[in-house]
Amino acid sequence: MSAPVAKPPAALPEELAAPERTGRRGSALVHRLFVVRELGILAALVLLVLVTVVANPRFLSGQNVRDLLLSAAILTVLAAGQTMVIVTRNVDLSVGSVLGLSAYATGTLLVVAPGTPVVVAVLAGTAVGAVCGLLNGLVVAAAGVPSLVVTLGTLYAFRGLDSLWASSADRLQINAADLPSGFKALGGARLLGVPVLFLVAVAVVLLVGWYLRTFRSGRELYGIGSAPEAARLSGIPVGRRVLTAFVVNGALAGLAGVLYAARFQTLDTTAGTGQELFVVAAAVVGGVAIFGGSGSVYGAALGALLLTTIGTALPQLGLDPFWRDAAVGALILAAIALDRALQLRLAARLRGRNARRDR
Amino acid sequence: MDHASSSAPGRVVLALEDVGKSFGAVAALRGAQLELRAGETHALVGENGAGKSTLVKILAGVHGPDTGRVLLDGQPVALADPAAARAAGIAVIYQEPTLFPDLSVAENIFMGRQPLLPGRRIDRRTLARRCRELFDRLGVALDPDRPARGLSIADQQMVEIAKALSFDARVLVMDEPTAALSGVEVERLFAVARSLRDSGAAVLFISHRFDEVFDLCDRITVMRDGQWVSTDPARDLTVDRVVRRMVGREVSSLFPKIDVEPGEVVLEVRGLTRRGVFADVSFDVRAGEIVALAGLVGAGRSEIVRAVFGVDPYDAGSVRVSGEELRKGDPAAAMAAGIALVPEDRRQQGLVMELSVERNATLTRRWKLARGGLLSSRAERAQAAEWSKRLQVKAGRLSDPVSTLSGGNQQKVVLAKWLSTEPRVLIVDEPTRGIDVGTKSEVHRLLSELAAGGLAVVMVSSELPEVLGMADRVLVVSEGRLVDDIPRARADEDSVMLAATGQGGTSAGAAR
Repeated sequence: MSAPVAKPPAALPEELAAPERTGRRGSALVHRLFVVRELGILAALVLLVLVTVVANPRFLSGQNVRDLLLSAAILTVLAAGQTMVIVTRNVDLSVGSVLGLSAYATGTLLVVAPGTPVVVAVLAGTAVGAVCGLLNGLVVAAAGVPSLVVTLGTLYAFRGLDSLWASSADRLQINAADLPSGFKALGGARLLGVPVLFLVAVAVVLLVGWYLRTFRSGRELYGIGSAPEAARLSGIPVGRRVLTAFVVNGALAGLAGVLYAARFQTLDTTAGTGQELFVVAAAVVGGVAIFGGSGSVYGAALGALLLTTIGTALPQLGLDPFWRDAAVGALILAAIALDRALQLRLAARLRGRNARRDR
Repeated sequence: MDHASSSAPGRVVLALEDVGKSFGAVAALRGAQLELRAGETHALVGENGAGKSTLVKILAGVHGPDTGRVLLDGQPVALADPAAARAAGIAVIYQEPTLFPDLSVAENIFMGRQPLLPGRRIDRRTLARRCRELFDRLGVALDPDRPARGLSIADQQMVEIAKALSFDARVLVMDEPTAALSGVEVERLFAVARSLRDSGAAVLFISHRFDEVFDLCDRITVMRDGQWVSTDPARDLTVDRVVRRMVGREVSSLFPKIDVEPGEVVLEVRGLTRRGVFADVSFDVRAGEIVALAGLVGAGRSEIVRAVFGVDPYDAGSVRVSGEELRKGDPAAAMAAGIALVPEDRRQQGLVMELSVERNATLTRRWKLARGGLLSSRAERAQAAEWSKRLQVKAGRLSDPVSTLSGGNQQKVVLAKWLSTEPRVLIVDEPTRGIDVGTKSEVHRLLSELAAGGLAVVMVSSELPEVLGMADRVLVVSEGRLVDDIPRARADEDSVMLAATGQGGTSAGAAR
């Protein structure tokens, strides 16, 4: 009955001694694959620009590039926020509506109180977004409803609120003439020739990227998305972290709304319609795993830049802009295929290492 | 070891008093008690479903008790969540590793407790260094920066152990930590547990392996049906007495092997090779024969049977069932030819945890149970009920999710699922991992009966007594190669272990 279990015979001293380290090949390997992932988007971007320039040398003219960067700025800010949410295995589909609501709120503020400093306007729009994000986050984190459903609901709710406000205030459209010149200057402002709005987007990406990589709570967002049950067992305050991700994402969507108002200066209640899926597409093309746990905000930002460039490049290539949707679709599929291929490769390599090590 | 050094040896650190916990109508714990002393290794034993895992989860702060109290240093504490339990100095190594696959090994270990630089920034250099120190202490050769994805179960378990070690716990709870480990790794783990104990920590050790329990532990608490049975010093107990208390009856032979005259060759594997994993593996299995694949964890045993079944690809070689060659990498073809595979990791590979018992049990037969493309839930239920009865599955209702069953009963559901396909070759990978004595001998009896009924059985097992007790032939795998083929008469611990560690393996019938 006494069951003696697999025990090594005594003659195993060299097995018991700590085996020699296998070096840092594993990390180098993983690092290389991530670099491959982001270089891939960059290569696609460069290729696209080169082809377009050959077809139309004016594509790289100063004004054209500035327009491109301005358009990319808004999508990039949205993508940075969305990355934080997707990484936790959630999604926020309401960002287009939040952008619209925030843009309209900022516009209204500036119309009603034209003396408002630009900084206050920016903060106000951001705050509107943060409140929307808080609502989303509370329902997702506290009530445990899947974020897909919650934000699908608020996508319509926030847009409806926007329309209701606009019609009850009898101000269906805000025109450039109604806005103070100080705010309008923000849309065209440049620093060393680079549009300020784009610099804002770059700053947002760097900040979010730094946060996600450097702080415990940032790493915990990845943990939550990678294995929710393990996150709970390791004592991560899952609800609070997810709530924070939604609030930050909402705030960034609000900021994007302010950027939108500054850039287009003509606001109605349709601002930002349909942006949500474009944002998710940017993140996925940029290598952010839709099931959470991996991907970087830099990749998502590159994804946003690539998608915007496609939108502007296709007309220059003489292609109907309707091709843009097809191109975006193809790009998403290509990105998923690439991710899968890299993942399989990585799995095979890591498995090989196991077999070599256990002896 | 701040906490631990303050506790005098022998003082009660943590106690459970009259703890009860129910899930719906099922009472998992009734009047459970436990007393852990500083500087003591305490074993908790009991059959599956005895309430051990529930008790662990209460200590870990995952579940709150319905009744009774948890005392820390004599003071009642509320372990409201895992963070609270951790703050109280309780570290838990779970039976099933719970890692973040996308994050690095080092981050897994220090999640939420990463060393910080000024400004609350993570200090990556110190993180990697402390991780390497832990691995050196454990004698593990893992790269701290590699992702946890793709680690073998044994390596995952070592990461869990490193995690528990990393926060200088005053109470270390190990819920069957050795189930996936090889002998060498078990020795290292025990060395660490002893050094923790000697520095004043209280260690709670849960295992079904009695030699380990008696080897390591000072006192033994026995539980049965959610209730406390006894707590005694290990030196006053014998394995037989413990087993009798656990099951409340005498357990007949643990390895009820029926001698069978082997029939025709059913499974023929020739020159099977997968680069970097295993090479040139050839063997035959006859009807009525139980063939064990033995070897150290990571030797490639599971990978070989997975390739035979077609879940994993292979680069060269062939697999024949009753003379018919199988298409490689095609599990459906393997199933059609009569192969069934009960995988190693039942939680991830064998069961759909959220689905009901009956759904899981009939998953392999859903086409045969369907009429006009629609599944009849009545047929499903009838089939599941029949198999649950034959295998004595203990479940509240067959419509309950499989995740609510104990490990042993989950394994029976996996077996039911495959046996209902009426296979000719049954491959079982670690069939009794994490299963208590009573269920273990039932699984063994079942395998033995199935073989007697003409089934060819291939069994991968890390437990030598199981291999020696059950197998007609032992094939020893070492570093991806079949190094020895030992018939039952000549198989003993020494011959198998020597071959497995690459120091023997000169038997005449090697790798035919």
